[in-house]
Amino acid sequence: MAAQHGLEAHSHGNVPIQTRSERPRSTSVSDFPEISNRQEIWRYVPLDKLRGLDKEVMGELSESEVTAELASGTSMRWVDSTDPLVGSAGLPEERVAAAAWTNASKTLVIEVEAESETTDASFVKIAANTAEANALHVVVSVGNHAKATIALDHLGQGVLGENVEIVLGDGAQLNFVTLQEWESGSTHVSTQFSKLGRDSSLKHVVVTMGGDLVRVVPAVSLSSAGAEVNMYGVYLAGSGNYFEHRPYVDHIAENCVSNVAYKGALQGAGAHTVWVGDVLIRESAVGTSTYELNRNLLLTDGARADSVPNLEIETGKIEGAGHASASGRFDDEQLFYLMSRGIDEDQAKKLVVRGFLSEVIQKIGIESIEQRLISAIEAELEKAGA
Amino acid sequence: MTTLEIKNLHVSVETDQGSKQILRGVDLTIKSGEIHAVMGPNGSGKSTLAYSVAGHPKYEVTDGQILLDGEDVLEMSVDERARAGLFLAMQYPVEIPGVSVSNFLRTAKTALSGEAPKLREWVGDLRDAMGNLRMDSDFTERNVNEGFSGGEKKRHEILQLELLKPKIAILDETDSGLDVDALKVVSEGVNRAHADNGLGVLLITHYTRILRYIKPDFVHVFVAGKVAEQGGAELAERLENEGYDRYTKAAV
Ligand SMILES: Nc1ncnc2c1ncn2[C@@H]1O[C@H](COP(=O)(O)OP(=O)(O)OP(=O)(O)O)[C@@H](O)[C@H]1O
Ligand SMILES: [Mg+2]
Repeated sequence: MAAQHGLEAHSHGNVPIQTRSERPRSTSVSDFPEISNRQEIWRYVPLDKLRGLDKEVMGELSESEVTAELASGTSMRWVDSTDPLVGSAGLPEERVAAAAWTNASKTLVIEVEAESETTDASFVKIAANTAEANALHVVVSVGNHAKATIALDHLGQGVLGENVEIVLGDGAQLNFVTLQEWESGSTHVSTQFSKLGRDSSLKHVVVTMGGDLVRVVPAVSLSSAGAEVNMYGVYLAGSGNYFEHRPYVDHIAENCVSNVAYKGALQGAGAHTVWVGDVLIRESAVGTSTYELNRNLLLTDGARADSVPNLEIETGKIEGAGHASASGRFDDEQLFYLMSRGIDEDQAKKLVVRGFLSEVIQKIGIESIEQRLISAIEAELEKAGA
Repeated sequence: MTTLEIKNLHVSVETDQGSKQILRGVDLTIKSGEIHAVMGPNGSGKSTLAYSVAGHPKYEVTDGQILLDGEDVLEMSVDERARAGLFLAMQYPVEIPGVSVSNFLRTAKTALSGEAPKLREWVGDLRDAMGNLRMDSDFTERNVNEGFSGGEKKRHEILQLELLKPKIAILDETDSGLDVDALKVVSEGVNRAHADNGLGVLLITHYTRILRYIKPDFVHVFVAGKVAEQGGAELAERLENEGYDRYTKAAV
């Protein structure tokens, strides 16, 4: 197809080194080895940019760095991390997450009342302003049959080890967006565990636009029948950005649906993105339907996108499972077509990049964020004079 | 009055085996209001000629000139050529995911006229042009060329021709893949642009079928990278009956 001109499609994913379910889980740092690039999960990460997140001890993000605009039915408070709410969605699978877990004595709880419904979005802003490594623990809890939209916006300059737990009650519907708009000098390692109640539905959106090292690992456990998760990601990496996204869907219960789609654009020497998509369909997950996709558009030489889909299937009784992954150069034919209609090169490139990402941007469903993202993309393309 | 002059044009492409010469000295002059048909066997270089005029980066001009009213077209970028009044209806228009036809057309119109068209007028023009080409109005919400049938792609090219109002248009096999009804509709579009804007046309085709609807003033036989013979409309009839054997043998 002309649209995929120049793309290299992978026909099959890599075989995982170790099955995902066998990874150790613990909140204790000492249960994990020192971080090195020899470990698969840290393989690509520029370790010199961890900036203290790999240490056993780190500080704690102060409460004043978190502000919020909340929709009706949604509330926010700080609790001690001994609260039973903490730890209900998942446990760390690596060292930074474990360190962030143990160093956060307080937990930010964002709660949506059961059966409350609103189309307004709640915005929680995390504006860091320190070069010191800090921990943050967030629990998002959505009551039974509630319907809500929550956006977690990370900005400023910071070094943040973060765990986010998302717990959906039965029949709940959550549109959750995590934005990483860090300034340079920032490092952010975020693990986001989601646990979905029966017939609940989660839309999990990751938008990464800035930061020297940003690694987001959204892990969704589908342990109740009939749950559905849609995971979307958009990222735009420039020189000096390293962005890693590792979505993981664990199909445990029957008749669950997962759909993962991440798209990224890269420009500038040294821009590097990594996408590792893991889907595990356990023997119990009869009637599963899943699809995962990652596409990257390389706008200039010297940028690098790694893309690895892993699909592990332990039962033959599924509805469907598939994946696609491709990274390709900017399509000169598209550019030529637009320019032959009088559109100058800069604008033609913007059109193509916006078009490429729009499939995912349109899924966000929060107008103000979509607009902001489009403006940010245009500004970024202008900056490089691409 | 606009004149496009192609003089002694030599063009090569880079291949894995090195540079390959395709055009070997093409001479053609097209003026406003004239309709030229170019016919020739597969691989003779017709699309190469079209792309070279439009400025596709794949083709390297090694000798010769292209002038538009005396201005050096070869010095212009692709978009500058379009803004100077050249248009190419492509043989294989490319898909552009995520870019709607409506956004694309408005952006192109704005780029060509230097200012955004007045919304009310633009919407009217678009609706009329689409109606004339028997295109559904929801077509504008689709992404450029994505999932278009062969016929829809060609109509979309002619829609642009009518809305963007170039001075000289090259139509690269706009007739291929069209059924008779679509061929008529598309031909009417070209004839409208010709009658209304005094468009000069270079029509590349394999068949005389389209020449029943679009009457050429000149017919050029294109063989092995150059014009082998020129004549009036009657030459097309002869080609249809006799084929290109006469020329291809001579070219060897
Ligand atoms: N990028 C390229 N690499 C190698 N050869 C090329 C390239 N582009 C064109 N050619 C060759 O140049 C010659 C002319 O091609 P062109 O497409 O101009 O022919 P055409 O007359 O338009 O043919 P058709 O009637 O099939 O459309 C052909 O032999 C073609 O294979
Ligand atoms: Mg051709």
